[in-house]
Amino acid sequence: MLASIFNASVFITAIELGCIYGLVALALFISFSLLNIADLSTDGCFTLGCAVGAIVTTAGHPFLAIFASIGAGVLSGLITAFLQTKLGVQSILAGIIVNTALYTINFFVMGNSSKVNVFGNNTIFGMAKNLSASPVYKDLYKMVMAVVIVLIICGLLHWFLNTTLGLSIRATGDNAYMVKASSINPGFTITVGLAVASSLTALAGSLMAQYQKSCDINFGTGQVTIALASLMIGESLIKKGSMFKRAIGVVIGSCLYRIIVAVALRFNLPAEALKLTSAIIVTIAIAAPYLKTKAAFYQRKYGIGAKGKEEEHA
Amino acid sequence: MLKLEHISKTFYPGTVNEKVALSDVSLHMAPGDFATIVGSNGAGKSTLFNAITGAFYVDEGRVYLDGKDITFTKEHRRSQEIGHLFQDPLMGTAPHMSIEENMALAYLRASNKHTALFKRITKEEKKLFREHLSKLDMGLEDRMKHPVGLLSGGQRQALTLLMATMVTPKILLLDEHTAALDPGTAAKVLQLTKDIVKERGITCLMVTHNMHQALELGNRTLMMNAGKIVLDVSGSEREGMTVDDLLNRFQMQAGESLDNDRILLSKYEKS
Repeated sequence: MLASIFNASVFITAIELGCIYGLVALALFISFSLLNIADLSTDGCFTLGCAVGAIVTTAGHPFLAIFASIGAGVLSGLITAFLQTKLGVQSILAGIIVNTALYTINFFVMGNSSKVNVFGNNTIFGMAKNLSASPVYKDLYKMVMAVVIVLIICGLLHWFLNTTLGLSIRATGDNAYMVKASSINPGFTITVGLAVASSLTALAGSLMAQYQKSCDINFGTGQVTIALASLMIGESLIKKGSMFKRAIGVVIGSCLYRIIVAVALRFNLPAEALKLTSAIIVTIAIAAPYLKTKAAFYQRKYGIGAKGKEEEHA
Repeated sequence: MLKLEHISKTFYPGTVNEKVALSDVSLHMAPGDFATIVGSNGAGKSTLFNAITGAFYVDEGRVYLDGKDITFTKEHRRSQEIGHLFQDPLMGTAPHMSIEENMALAYLRASNKHTALFKRITKEEKKLFREHLSKLDMGLEDRMKHPVGLLSGGQRQALTLLMATMVTPKILLLDEHTAALDPGTAAKVLQLTKDIVKERGITCLMVTHNMHQALELGNRTLMMNAGKIVLDVSGSEREGMTVDDLLNRFQMQAGESLDNDRILLSKYEKS
């Protein structure tokens, strides 16, 4: 049964998407898990990265597109942080405001159009394809590319989050009092953290533009929910350990999410049902640990597991 | 070392909740002074500390630290030279980060931040942290990779004390920092505080509700009431003072402030 639902190419596609969208989940890992800020600019920022990536790629610079998108993401993060730290806008509102503003910006970036095609242009995936002629590689090159990129990012994040600046960012979300008492300016750490997070979101958008060779103005809608689902799955898998381990956990969570979606689609669910499916998956991922402890409590209360105890007493 | 000149602070001015928290407080602490502060709840002790750390800016008056006017200096800048411990042992440390990482952040105060942004914790620093931790005699030096959230309240408070004094602060503010600990641990943390303060000659202000402590510790005792410092004794006057004297002064003050509240007053007389 599973084998028929689940052939290799579906699996490979799920890993590819899981790794690329995993970058968005990593962005939320920084803003939501570490900084304890709900940054809702994700949707717009993803599209921004996608739009900038698509435009620069069609101009013939696929590599430059990556860095241009990262730069655009940093700018977006800086503005979100500016609203929060300098203008006193609440973090959730700041994200929503920037998200709304980005819709217009994205429209402008895409040349007053709601769709940009990258077909016929060289992409980094196309370049990777030509590295080897072996037939196995022809099937796997996209996945190899995505995995390598995400591993590099996880490594960089591990390095960054263990520098004094990284430690300060982590402490800001953990205990703001302690941060101030350690002579760190929380406004500064929030700004840097959000800039890094947004740059990852935009990077994911840029890679997606080159991966599926198009960009749509609504491409980012719902990304924040999906990334949150991935993050929750990842964090329930790996809670502790080094930053690298936790980052990898988040990416694995993202891959798992894609596999779940792929399975759901195999059951002939219409494409429109995807958002509902992801909403349900998020709910399950967040509620599962809570329900687990509750189940243990009820087991104790109603003595379902009391058999073992009786034996002990006897 | 610390000089407060006529500082005042009113919360929610112009509303029904208006509260004069500090009213024309002046205080001068000489280098190495160790003063204890007593006073009933709401007397303005914590507010006084917050005025010094910069959690808010005072409405009137000036704050000087080591001759520098810091009245309008931001909180995180002041903390470079101020150590602050709270009653709640959870407030001074980041629970999801390791002991080592917490100490590295506290140690940031010693470094030039512009060059240190992308620095990692060095071997020498780890050694230094270990040495400091072993002084606590709590076995923490062997748990440096453990998250601080796993430590007990007493251990966390001891760690916070270490972090606040690792880089010698110009002034150390202790806000009932042993009040939430069990008697044994409290005594230990207090002894540690005494040792560190004495060893480095740190200027120190300590809030306490223990009248014995208030007279025993340090070289000066302050009493606060209704946002004012109402008693400031040191030297021979302080030596001649007994706990009963201090309690009498305390009750006199508290009685006055409750004067127009009959219920509280009658309750007070009964006891």
